[in-house]
Amino acid sequence: MSLLTRRHFVRTAAVGLAAPALLRGARAAEPLKVGFVYLGAIGDYGWTWSHDQGRKQLVAALKGQVVANYVENVKEDASAIPVMKDLAQQGNKLIFTTSYGYMDQTLEAAKQFPDVKWEHCTGYKRADNVGTYNSRFYQGRAVTGTIAGMMSKTNTIGFVGSFKIPEVVMGVNAFTLAAQAVNPKITTKLVMIDTWFDPAKEAAAAETLANLGCDVIAQHVDSPAVLQVCEKRKIYGFGYGADMSRFAPKAHLTASLDLWGPYYISRAKAVLDGTWKPDDTWWGFKEGILGVAPYSKAVPDNVRAAADKIIADTKAGSYEVFTGPISDQSGKERVPNGERMKDADLLVMDWYVKGVQS
Amino acid sequence: MNAAFFIDAIITVVAVTTPILLAATGELVVEKSGVINLGVEGMMLIGAITAFAVAFDFGPDLGDFAPWFAVVCAAAAGAASSMLFGLLVLTLGSNQVATGLALTIFGIGLSSLIGAGYVGMTVPSFDSVFPDWLVADPLGRVLFGYSPLVYFALIMVLAVGWFLNRTRSGLVLRAVGENDLSAHSIGYPVIRIRYAAIAFGGALAGVGGAYFSMVITPMWAQQMTAGRGWIALALVVFAGWRAGRLLAGAYFFGILMTLELYAKASGFSFLPSQFWAAMPYLMAVVVLALMSARNVNRSDAPACLGRPFLPSS
Repeated sequence: MSLLTRRHFVRTAAVGLAAPALLRGARAAEPLKVGFVYLGAIGDYGWTWSHDQGRKQLVAALKGQVVANYVENVKEDASAIPVMKDLAQQGNKLIFTTSYGYMDQTLEAAKQFPDVKWEHCTGYKRADNVGTYNSRFYQGRAVTGTIAGMMSKTNTIGFVGSFKIPEVVMGVNAFTLAAQAVNPKITTKLVMIDTWFDPAKEAAAAETLANLGCDVIAQHVDSPAVLQVCEKRKIYGFGYGADMSRFAPKAHLTASLDLWGPYYISRAKAVLDGTWKPDDTWWGFKEGILGVAPYSKAVPDNVRAAADKIIADTKAGSYEVFTGPISDQSGKERVPNGERMKDADLLVMDWYVKGVQS
Repeated sequence: MNAAFFIDAIITVVAVTTPILLAATGELVVEKSGVINLGVEGMMLIGAITAFAVAFDFGPDLGDFAPWFAVVCAAAAGAASSMLFGLLVLTLGSNQVATGLALTIFGIGLSSLIGAGYVGMTVPSFDSVFPDWLVADPLGRVLFGYSPLVYFALIMVLAVGWFLNRTRSGLVLRAVGENDLSAHSIGYPVIRIRYAAIAFGGALAGVGGAYFSMVITPMWAQQMTAGRGWIALALVVFAGWRAGRLLAGAYFFGILMTLELYAKASGFSFLPSQFWAAMPYLMAVVVLALMSARNVNRSDAPACLGRPFLPSS
């Protein structure tokens, strides 16, 4: 009698425990977990902040279908691999690694987690489950270069760069070409400080450029130090990646904005639809991955109109800053008249255009 | 190349040199007492975030007084962190090199933790306190246009030089660094003197860090000192533990770093830019390596540098 009761009890208990599990299977699919690996802190109001804005847009646009996680301050060395693996082990099925220096680490982690989709930002190595994505930052430089060319009174503009890699070189060249298009006398003084981040050195570089006569300075480094110097020296500058006017209300003319949201949304949708493929995406103004911050009061109407025209023409496809004739620093013609540079050539660009003093 | 060009260049050199000079002066006193504190980078960062946080949080209430108060807090924070080092090294007898490195790592981490809430903020720059009319012309700018911390650094290095070489207390400190056992047997409180020296070094490193977050770039960013602490350490050795040479050496570094930027901006960098960037740190490594080579006749170094004080009595 007691045995029967116990067996009966166990059977009932087992059914009772199993029922929710069976029911769970019948409920809607679990939301897609998306992971983000960030180079810096979200509050940097620059590179990482922009990626996080994209993440927020993703979660808002695909509410209920997507859950996002992120890890900040991940160094670009071997220590990134355990971070990536950890995200994969937590169940993230789509992971974005948001810096060039994560290239090999992403591939390494991807090998160990073949069912996770990986997307590496600004890289060039892919695999069956690793895609790359990039933004045509140089289109934003064409806009700021146009403004610089029209607003410089000394005909000397400055650029504080980090490393001589194609991404930065493209930026310097696009900035210079666009400025020269509106002011042929423009020369660009370039200082590469060989680091992405060193506020004191960025500031010293900006001071040096100002000392040497630059009155508009652009940057490709990760802190607003250059803008702070521009504000102090009463010259102009541009934010890069995000609106940095809070650091230099008078000096900050505008900024190129990284708008990663549309891309993240499209990729998450692709994973949800099952249509995700490792791809090599290089979007620009047209696709909405790049934007321009509001112009400051110091930008006159004719300059605004010129800048807006550049943006509109780029979106329409009728304007491309890397259109010949383009000569390099030694005077040799690299791009003949009327020809547009191909993407493959841009991605390995290691020469500066005429007018860049490096 | 007129006067204004040179004046602008001098002003840039001073800005680059001052934080290194502050930290190195503090470390000079520490090493003269026989202790080597490799935690300069960490203490500078702690000073940087403390100064910024205080200036940001109390700025509206304290107005003009805020930056001064912030710098004092930075000095106190630097001293406090160095006291942690002192406790481990002097009272508990741990290895000075390892503990100093641990202090650096700790300082980097703690400052990043505290600073997390301050990224993206800014405070008014701690600029010259001299009246505008004095700073108006180029000559006025090059003499009076600097932040008070610049003058503080110059006064400190001269004061430390005078203290070490011309006062009795300085003599005692040097004695402790040269022969701690003899000093102990005469009756001088070796441990207490070393604690005081370490605290002084920490305070100046904190002020050096404050220079980054209050003057050069009035904001906070993780690891914003970007390795200047290591240059300061190398500078002390490079200067042969002499204050006068420290001042000259610091400005030599500053001129080199500024020269690199001018050369690049003018298109004259005949050396690869990576070489220029690596050079201060290469020099730091070379100098530190020389220092640790025992068979090199480093008669300038305090004889007890790095050795724990273990009185037999």
